[in-house]
Amino acid sequence: MEIKEMKLLSEWSYEPAKIHRGYAKETLYVGLGNKDGNYKFEKRPVSEDMIDKFTGGRGFGLKLLWDAVKETTKWDDPENELVVAGGPFCGITQYPGTGKSYTVFLSPATKQTYNSNAGGYFGPFLKFSGFDALEIQGKADRPVVVFIDGDNYKVQIFESTIEDNNAYYISEELHEYFAKDEEDKRTISVISTGMAARTSYIVGLNFSFYDVRRKAVRLKQAGRGGGGTVLCDKNVTAIVVKRTKFTGMENDPVDVETIMKAGASLHKRIHDHDNEQCKMRAAGTAHLTEIMNDYELLPVNNYKFGSHKDIGNISSHEYIKLFSQGMADGCWYGCSLACAKAVDHFPLQTGPWKGREVVVDGPEYETAAGLGSNVGVFDPHWTIEANFYADHYGLDTISLGTTMAWVCECYGLGLINKENTHGLELTFGNKKDLMELIHRIAQGSDDFAVATGWGIEAAREYYAKNYGADLEVMKKIGMVCQGLEASEYRCQESMAQWGGYFLTLKGPQHDEAWLIFMDMVNKQLPSYEDKAEALYFFPCFRLWFSLHGLCKLPWNDIEPVDNSVKYKGIEAARVPEHLNNYLNIYTAITGKPLDRDGMILQSEKVYNFERIFNLRMGKGTSKFHEAPDRGLGPVWEDEWMARPDYFDAKLKEFGEEIEGKSVKEKIELLQKYRRAQWEQLKAAVYKRRGWNKNGIPTMKTVKRLGIDYPEVVALLEKHLKPEDEFEDA
Amino acid sequence: MITVNGNQSDWEEGLTVKKLLERENYTFRMLSVWINDQPVEKKEYPARLIPDGAKVQVIHNISGG
Repeated sequence: MEIKEMKLLSEWSYEPAKIHRGYAKETLYVGLGNKDGNYKFEKRPVSEDMIDKFTGGRGFGLKLLWDAVKETTKWDDPENELVVAGGPFCGITQYPGTGKSYTVFLSPATKQTYNSNAGGYFGPFLKFSGFDALEIQGKADRPVVVFIDGDNYKVQIFESTIEDNNAYYISEELHEYFAKDEEDKRTISVISTGMAARTSYIVGLNFSFYDVRRKAVRLKQAGRGGGGTVLCDKNVTAIVVKRTKFTGMENDPVDVETIMKAGASLHKRIHDHDNEQCKMRAAGTAHLTEIMNDYELLPVNNYKFGSHKDIGNISSHEYIKLFSQGMADGCWYGCSLACAKAVDHFPLQTGPWKGREVVVDGPEYETAAGLGSNVGVFDPHWTIEANFYADHYGLDTISLGTTMAWVCECYGLGLINKENTHGLELTFGNKKDLMELIHRIAQGSDDFAVATGWGIEAAREYYAKNYGADLEVMKKIGMVCQGLEASEYRCQESMAQWGGYFLTLKGPQHDEAWLIFMDMVNKQLPSYEDKAEALYFFPCFRLWFSLHGLCKLPWNDIEPVDNSVKYKGIEAARVPEHLNNYLNIYTAITGKPLDRDGMILQSEKVYNFERIFNLRMGKGTSKFHEAPDRGLGPVWEDEWMARPDYFDAKLKEFGEEIEGKSVKEKIELLQKYRRAQWEQLKAAVYKRRGWNKNGIPTMKTVKRLGIDYPEVVALLEKHLKPEDEFEDA
Repeated sequence: MITVNGNQSDWEEGLTVKKLLERENYTFRMLSVWINDQPVEKKEYPARLIPDGAKVQVIHNISGG
């Protein structure tokens, strides 16, 4: 151990709540003061109304954050909070995918609420320590470590003595510091970020767990939205939770037999069929790279192209060779899907840890594409190194990849030059200089590195103002919406996925709805109404996982073998047997009945509350749901000419005569038609969601959902206008 | 001719489900195939013949991302 003993600044003891039917019914509040060392600790009760309206997890996070902030609160104000919460499923060990915890905060990147999740142990340990959620508010007057000692029922705040503020170092040292011995390291989980959080907004949170087989700390990321920047702004080096003893019955479920039966069935299915389905145990989500390439969905060179001749270099076959095989992945107990892949003994070639051999978590698909094909790199070793340093520095690999891809295109177009980049040649595929850019962003080395680390939306304003770059061109090609960079799917040929990315609560992240196959390949969503229905149902369904402390992968990355013949159409995509497992387990934990309608209703309450919360923070209206040109179709001639017959046919579908037209003219026409389709889609979706034309939930909707709290009603009365109502709403 | 997910597609003598999937480059593994609204089990893909004029649906089942 390298860190010096940490001075105890404050301590608080508590009587732990007993978890009953999935809930502790208490949350933990930790106030850090306002740079005055005035620490505050509280247990706060969870009311039946809170459970009824917000369920748990992300829902609890939003409710607690709503109560903590005002409409004028900014992300770096002391009253902003970082909330971490699991949910009623969180911590059960009899069914796969129950180790998730969800973080909620006001985001530096999106300037509204954000939620991001990570697997591992933190959520279960927090709950077993007696809390359904943790709120961290205020700003410490010095770097601190918050320690939740779930063994001795104490919360302690220590003055941090950690000098290397990067995630692997912090996590390794704190596992060592708080563990009695090697075996005890598994009883600890650490939330930390990295040095990039000092200047960058695209910085996430790392959640650690100790991998006993590797004898190494592993990191899972709640990467998106800038949670790491918030943690750093609060002067918190790390949040640590420790819980040594627990059983599979901590949630005190009504009917453990039902949970065990469902779990045993799914474990067998994973064992018997994962290899012929998604190969999650061998490749994790990286199994998707070649599939995305085959369907023209892989982002290549800032989403310009959907496939590349060098795909073989980054296919799952290559990653399987690099990932250690035949080991349990060490993530939360009971998840045999084992998607948390790792590369062992990886020799770093660059940066502060050059020459060291490290364990690298991932890359998952998003990283393999974002820090791979999207920046024109088809070298898995480079991607693994970039993945390691991104995690270590705290950088979100998705926003980092998408931002760097956009930077490369800006550079190639001459919008920025080598003088602006301080000597970096930022062309697609220039591995050396792209890696150097990652290090510089983390270090905040110069004005370009700092501005780029803000993400596309803020960086383009800086480039325009300081380098004279053309803002309109940068807007066309920047895959960003609501301040969040798009994740790594090329969506332009699926109208439904335009909505799945750009009609979302928090921006183009793929955790609301991934409808590309259903729409573009299966042709199951032919009308605007069909697409709107999918953009109502799937975001609500997916949100449900975030209320309960669940990972979504065991839902549909493994399926019953007869799912495809037993169920037809969209029903098959819902994987009814697994969906029913969730309903049955919910009842088995809580004792409360739940059917499909009830499931969607739980989500819809939170979905609409979150939308209204964003309205409260100055966003949450139609003008923030904007799709960049690159998201809707080709922008430059070379993109069209990569698939000329395909795009010609698409243009003809609008009744256009294409003879004699230049490619530039054809691009302009296709963009015009698709922009009109986008507006129609937006209207259809808003209507189906019970929103008005400005994208605001109507009074009728909030009353139906029972979220018509006085503050909500007052806010809506201020924003709802008669002229924005749909005629037949 | 046959239709595949609503699109016109060439038919040939001896066209099996397996051959069709290869021709269309449908490499995703979690598929369900329906011929004239009747499901086809995966083990039948190599031998199951597609008749001329058939309506074929190749459903890619992922919906989550």
